[in-house]
Amino acid sequence: MTDAGGAAMTINSRSNSRTAWFFILPAVIIMLAACLYPVISAARLGFYDWSMGTPWSQAKWTGWTSFEIVFTDPAVWRSLWTTLKFAAVSVSAEMFLGIALALALEGNIRGMAFFRTLFILPMMVAPIAVGLTWRYLFDAQFGLINALLAVFDVAAKGWLADETLAFAAIIIADIWQWTPFVFIMVIAGLSSVDSTVLEAARIDGARWWTVTRRVKLPMIAHVLAITLVMRLIDAFRVLEVIYVLTFGGPGDSTEVLSMYIYKTAFIGQRLGSASAISVLLLAVVMFLTWLALRMSNPLDDENGQ
Amino acid sequence: MKNERALLVLRYIALTVLAALCIGPILVMILTSLKTQAQTFTTGLSFFFAPTLENYRDVIFDSSFGRYLVNSLIVGIISTLLTLLFGCMAAYGLARFSFAGRRTIAYTTLMLRTVPLAVIAVPVFMIWGDWRLTNSLGGLILLYVAVNLPFTIWLLYGFVLQVPVELEEAASIDGCRPWKIFLRIVLPLIRPGLAAAAIFTFRIAWNEFILALVLTDRSTRTLPVAASLFVTDIGVEWGKLMALASLIALPPLAFTFLAARQVISGLTAGAVKG
Repeated sequence: MTDAGGAAMTINSRSNSRTAWFFILPAVIIMLAACLYPVISAARLGFYDWSMGTPWSQAKWTGWTSFEIVFTDPAVWRSLWTTLKFAAVSVSAEMFLGIALALALEGNIRGMAFFRTLFILPMMVAPIAVGLTWRYLFDAQFGLINALLAVFDVAAKGWLADETLAFAAIIIADIWQWTPFVFIMVIAGLSSVDSTVLEAARIDGARWWTVTRRVKLPMIAHVLAITLVMRLIDAFRVLEVIYVLTFGGPGDSTEVLSMYIYKTAFIGQRLGSASAISVLLLAVVMFLTWLALRMSNPLDDENGQ
Repeated sequence: MKNERALLVLRYIALTVLAALCIGPILVMILTSLKTQAQTFTTGLSFFFAPTLENYRDVIFDSSFGRYLVNSLIVGIISTLLTLLFGCMAAYGLARFSFAGRRTIAYTTLMLRTVPLAVIAVPVFMIWGDWRLTNSLGGLILLYVAVNLPFTIWLLYGFVLQVPVELEEAASIDGCRPWKIFLRIVLPLIRPGLAAAAIFTFRIAWNEFILALVLTDRSTRTLPVAASLFVTDIGVEWGKLMALASLIALPPLAFTFLAARQVISGLTAGAVKG
């Protein structure tokens, strides 16, 4: 965004708001009707007792009851705890691996573009395909994971039947899919670091690790922070791969908040409770989004930097 | 000098191993789809077998596959086109005009980008029922356009800001209307952004299955929904499941190979200035 100053100038010089609304109105109407309105309805639904298939006029106002039920329900807290554990373990593993690999492999390597293309493939595969494939890989009898373990004389494990192993399985699948994202972000950040600074540090005789820790990492701290928050947001929203891989089980060992909301609403038919939990999840995600915006706000560009 | 060479070789080895890890599961999916039912139940480590297209034949000639495929294509393509159209218009409006409410709209758009789909699923199921949009492709398309617009607007906003304002001002002095300036000058210059936005929108509209599962029925189902229901129907017929999964995975993978640079620009947009 090199032309920030110029953009600010046009905004002041052209203030034809009717033309502006012509451009933005279709998008605004669609987002209001099919995104913002549902989100607000999710919060409102938490105050009503309503069952699917009955007219909305028959819904009963129940006040804070759903919220009280939800926040005193140990199952909800377990689900929140599972989500926190999932986010903490998977995101820290992805950040550590992604950063380490990027630092080790950055630089002018011929063919890097080709490798990067291969690295983004896991992110593009449909979650349904990712979930099914990992289910096959983790299969107790003929899965590749157990076959590989057998090579090292490790006994076959019932991955998706054991609570701890199933939790490990959803984390492994997430690490596979999203470590490349961290890698690509860090590589992109590193490539924008001014090389003369690094040269200067090297001429001063600093060793690789010192240069990395004292110069490189601080210079890309902003990219690292935004990558971390973006990964956290996605980790808190996670649903589809888990839906296919474990459906929250066995027991409730992999029941993250999104999974819990889905089950409460569409299997348990408790829409009020589902909406109350939605508000909880929404609050967490919106807080993280606010953090992300504070770090990297596209709207700030126009004020020049 | 010798040390540097060794280091380079090491790096290539590391990159190759990483690439293998990334592609490994995708390869297993494709290889399994080419195995007979009996072969999928042997060991996972067999890479040498006589490939068969039997699973693909079974999946494709299933009575409903054609319908699901057409549904998926309609939803994927129309959602993408509408999102791009409204998205680039809104991005231009937000980037180049000042008007009351601009900041509110911009911030709301940014916040909507990260709304969890599970949170939307419940109220949408209710609202779509009221609006008689449940079980229709139109209802699904409307929802996909709405959830994809925030990212698209946000991505294209950055691209519009990079268009030299002088070009637009010159055209404006020549008497060009804003609509024409947008079409003739801005759109051609933000084409890379449009390509990235198209791939990301299509990826969601083509891959998504939770909202589609809730909002469609037998006749409006998309492929991923069909696949998620197959799991219980055909149980552990891994060959068929993997054939279906491969078919679903194929278009986004193909787009990635065709436009890897755009995909990466979409992934890193905002965090890395370039």
